[in-house]
Amino acid sequence: MKPEMNPIQQTSIETNKPRILLPKVFGKMLRKPKFVISLSIIVLIYGLGISAPLVAPQSYYEQNLSQSKISPNRNHILGTDFLGRDVASRLIYSLRTNLIITFAAVITGSLFIGVALGLIAGYFGGRIDSVIMRVGDVFLAFPGLLLVILLAATLRPRIIEMVRSFENIFGLNGLVRWGIPDYLLIFGALAAFSWVGIARLTRGQVLSLKRTVYVEAAEALGASPTHILLKHILPNALPPIIVVITMGMGTLAGAEVMLSWLGIGIQPPAPSLGNMIREGQDISILRNYPHLLIPPVIIVGLLIFSWNKLGDALNDLWNPKIR
Amino acid sequence: MTIRVIRRLFWLPFLLVIVSFVTFLLGYYGPGDPVEVRLGNKATPASVERLREEMGLDRPVLVQYGDFIRKSLKGDFGQSYSYSHLSVNQLIWGKIWISVQLGTAAIILAIGIGIPLGLLTAFKHGTLVDTLIMGSALFLYSMPVFIAAPFLILLLALNLKLLPTSGWEGFFSLHLIMPALVMGLPGIAGILRLTRSSALEVLAEDYVRTARAKGLSEIAVQWRHVLRNALLPIVSVLGLSLATLVEGAFITETIFGIPGIGRLGVEAVFQRDYPVIIALVLIIATAFALANLLVDILYGFLDPRIRV
Repeated sequence: MKPEMNPIQQTSIETNKPRILLPKVFGKMLRKPKFVISLSIIVLIYGLGISAPLVAPQSYYEQNLSQSKISPNRNHILGTDFLGRDVASRLIYSLRTNLIITFAAVITGSLFIGVALGLIAGYFGGRIDSVIMRVGDVFLAFPGLLLVILLAATLRPRIIEMVRSFENIFGLNGLVRWGIPDYLLIFGALAAFSWVGIARLTRGQVLSLKRTVYVEAAEALGASPTHILLKHILPNALPPIIVVITMGMGTLAGAEVMLSWLGIGIQPPAPSLGNMIREGQDISILRNYPHLLIPPVIIVGLLIFSWNKLGDALNDLWNPKIR
Repeated sequence: MTIRVIRRLFWLPFLLVIVSFVTFLLGYYGPGDPVEVRLGNKATPASVERLREEMGLDRPVLVQYGDFIRKSLKGDFGQSYSYSHLSVNQLIWGKIWISVQLGTAAIILAIGIGIPLGLLTAFKHGTLVDTLIMGSALFLYSMPVFIAAPFLILLLALNLKLLPTSGWEGFFSLHLIMPALVMGLPGIAGILRLTRSSALEVLAEDYVRTARAKGLSEIAVQWRHVLRNALLPIVSVLGLSLATLVEGAFITETIFGIPGIGRLGVEAVFQRDYPVIIALVLIIATAFALANLLVDILYGFLDPRIRV
């Protein structure tokens, strides 16, 4: 939702090197403390989230009203909230929520839709190109956050209906109760806006790669457009795309937290960092029970910071000039 | 260049029509019934029917949309659903002015702090000062507004009692400082980083070496040669930062209780006040498009090598 801080400069790709040397690049990255530290923090945070049912001391909904609002102690390392739920457990389950939504949005929105449309627009050009790019313009013209809020608020009943009918058809139970519609809603709203930037970037890459000798050679040999796009162009266009996606991950993770914070994202009692922050941020609560706000805030800050740092490290690697 | 500008201005109305149509559809098929909101749930079916007819909500969706377009071309966005005695125009324009003041303050802070610090880090490149400032800039950039705000309130308003916690008393008051700071934080960090990288690039240019070689003082080199050329890319982010500001406004105004369009927008979504939402979306979209166009023109003007 924020603009890219450090727009990727035009990467010059030498025409006689058709492949990126991944192992070599990776080895280089491992020697950068910035890269290693931020990546390990991200892996640690999301690792906790993935293994939530195993590592969380309690479930996220278990209430114990006789033990509400207690400060951190040996039984509850981060204390308990107003309903006596274990803060640490809720935090860990919230990370899982954030992880699922962020990755679902980035994989479908940025990677699949964005890259695919960018490849098509750049390679085929002409009318297809202008249609895709104009549609992108329309998406960018909306005040992003307001529309995401609007989408989340207006589409919720429809999505709940949809999931209900899905439940009936397949005889499943509890999809709605587990908050699956919320997941779909936020993920959809975020994915709808994350593809444009990536599509533009990919298109630019394709336009410059299309004129390279090896693509011309493949065309002369009669390779199909699909083959050329996937085997010759995509691997070379990928590095800057990965950098930009990484730089946007923090914003995306933050967007989920913000939507839940506004009250239109994940609905309580389902666990979300945004809900935890909203519950704890009232001034009087913050004064008396700081343990409700500080842990989620630190985790959110750390997560976004690490993603930005990781994006930075990757950017340094591919644009060593602007260090 | 003139032709490109005219073409983009020509494209703007189409863009606004599409944007308004999508928003209109969302409102039409979205939850909430304005008639029920206005009459409450004790109204008789007959009076509901009558008001629905009066408001023109019983007509087909395309007719309603056509009607909306015709009126909005004359600058009339209809009546607000939730403030039923007010028209959207009466509701919005005063609030826009408040948000513009807040945004201006945030931009002034972002430029006033971001550019000098960015130049400082570039000139001190590689030293401890550089590392520290850059680290804290990225940290601030990573802090979402709604996280930074409560801590600032707790520290500045409640513990140190320096500033009021919330409210709006006009541009020249203490009430402005905290929200403007919170809204400006990402901008400060963004402009700082951009200034730094662009200044570093300029410092590596041949003409800077030439300037130094002919014996100019370091201050002259920095002011005359580096600063001027390094500021170019910053013009381009000013257009982008409008988007950041508008988004920051939604959250900041909600937290600090500022009666601007950000807070109005969030409230309107929750109260399903669709006329207000559409008007806001259209106004903001127009502002985005014009700001980006202006930045492009300005950019072409500042750097004749770039053709818009």
